[in-house]
Amino acid sequence: MSALAAALRKDLLLQWRTRAQVVAIFVFGASALLLFSFAIGPHAAALRQHAAGFLWLALLLSSTLALAESFQSEMEHRALEGLLLLPADARALYYGKAIANALQLTLLGVALVPVMVVLYDAGTARLPALLGIIVLGSAGLSAPGTLYAAMTAQARARQTLLPLLLFPLVVPVLLAAVKATSLLILGDPMGQIRSWAVLLVSFNAIYWSLCGLLFERVVED
Amino acid sequence: MRDYSTRPYALGGLGIALLLWGSTWGLLFAPREAYMGDVQRIMYVHVPTAWNAMLALTFAFACALFFLLRGGWEWDARLEAAIEVGVVLSTLLCMQGAIWAKPTWGVWWDWDPRLTTMAVLLFAFGGILALRQFVDDPVKRAVWSAVAVVIAYVDVPIVYFSVKWWNSLHQMQSSPETVSRAFHWPLRINAFGVLLLVAGLIDLRTRLAALRREGELAAPPVVAERATPAPIGAAGGTP
Repeated sequence: MSALAAALRKDLLLQWRTRAQVVAIFVFGASALLLFSFAIGPHAAALRQHAAGFLWLALLLSSTLALAESFQSEMEHRALEGLLLLPADARALYYGKAIANALQLTLLGVALVPVMVVLYDAGTARLPALLGIIVLGSAGLSAPGTLYAAMTAQARARQTLLPLLLFPLVVPVLLAAVKATSLLILGDPMGQIRSWAVLLVSFNAIYWSLCGLLFERVVED
Repeated sequence: MRDYSTRPYALGGLGIALLLWGSTWGLLFAPREAYMGDVQRIMYVHVPTAWNAMLALTFAFACALFFLLRGGWEWDARLEAAIEVGVVLSTLLCMQGAIWAKPTWGVWWDWDPRLTTMAVLLFAFGGILALRQFVDDPVKRAVWSAVAVVIAYVDVPIVYFSVKWWNSLHQMQSSPETVSRAFHWPLRINAFGVLLLVAGLIDLRTRLAALRREGELAAPPVVAERATPAPIGAAGGTP
């Protein structure tokens, strides 16, 4: 547990020290939101209809940058090898990094919401529920994303590989998060948000445990 | 150990013979379907392709588990073969599906759970094939692709149910239980035909993968020097 806390502290510190990177990723996500609106054209109703989808696509695209970056720093000066030599479980390293990535993506998602509200006029009064969906969706992207980033950081053509592996896998996260967010924005007369949240929770439960188990095999040499 | 048996050729040959028999029966002698007409005859290849695509990818999952739990290069070779054949079958399946969908549903593509799951699987496993191409170290390549296969395969039911909640329109699956008796035999013969052909292809591809791995693991001198440091005092070695 203390190993996990130390790993998490290390990753959060690393993110804090490279906060310019986080800001750059946010600007990337915001510009993606701006560009999506050009694909639809200036139709207020249509933009509002698709706002949730655009928000999650922007977050998904930004997440590949954030996830890849999180392991890039471990590759410099063979830092990962040094970490693996420490008398700590590799799982602690994985969970530290995955939680730090999930927090970063949550922050990014929360920061993108005002941009979405301004550009698409897609606000909601149910802010705690929206925050919950963003937390669950970010965690769902981060669990397999961190594991894949550990692989692709060491492979050739890493910029191509990470999205190639991650995008098909997170289809359920994207579907559930977009549906839930869309219901929050456009109204939920049938009370369906709950079942989409349950789907997100199940995806997270499966992948947070499975990826934790498999991480050791990925980084061992 | 090199395997020069003619088993894959025998399996593949028998599979092709069965496919020819079943398809001739299905195309020429089986009755026309009442609503869809002759278009429905694509079922005789579409449904066997679907079953065997799932079977090949399930076999890949089993190989990945065996590799991760027990180790052994033969499982990596089988994994490589199964992913590749599975991806080819899934591509064929999506193409046949589109060809069947256009005249019957009026669209090439529909966001139905099975169709979408298959497309997601195709991209997930295609990505794993790409991963294998971009990793040079054979050990890392084997472990990573096995891990990626486990992760991707576990996603299948989640994708299926999430898309099912999201949207649906596909007709009920065709199987000997859901289609009329007159269609049974060509469907069954073709299913076994594709199965044998797939088994032969996987067998042959496994052999190829094993030979390649043998070449890679018989490391060239430069790599061998790095991988196994010369003992102290060995000729030319400076400790």
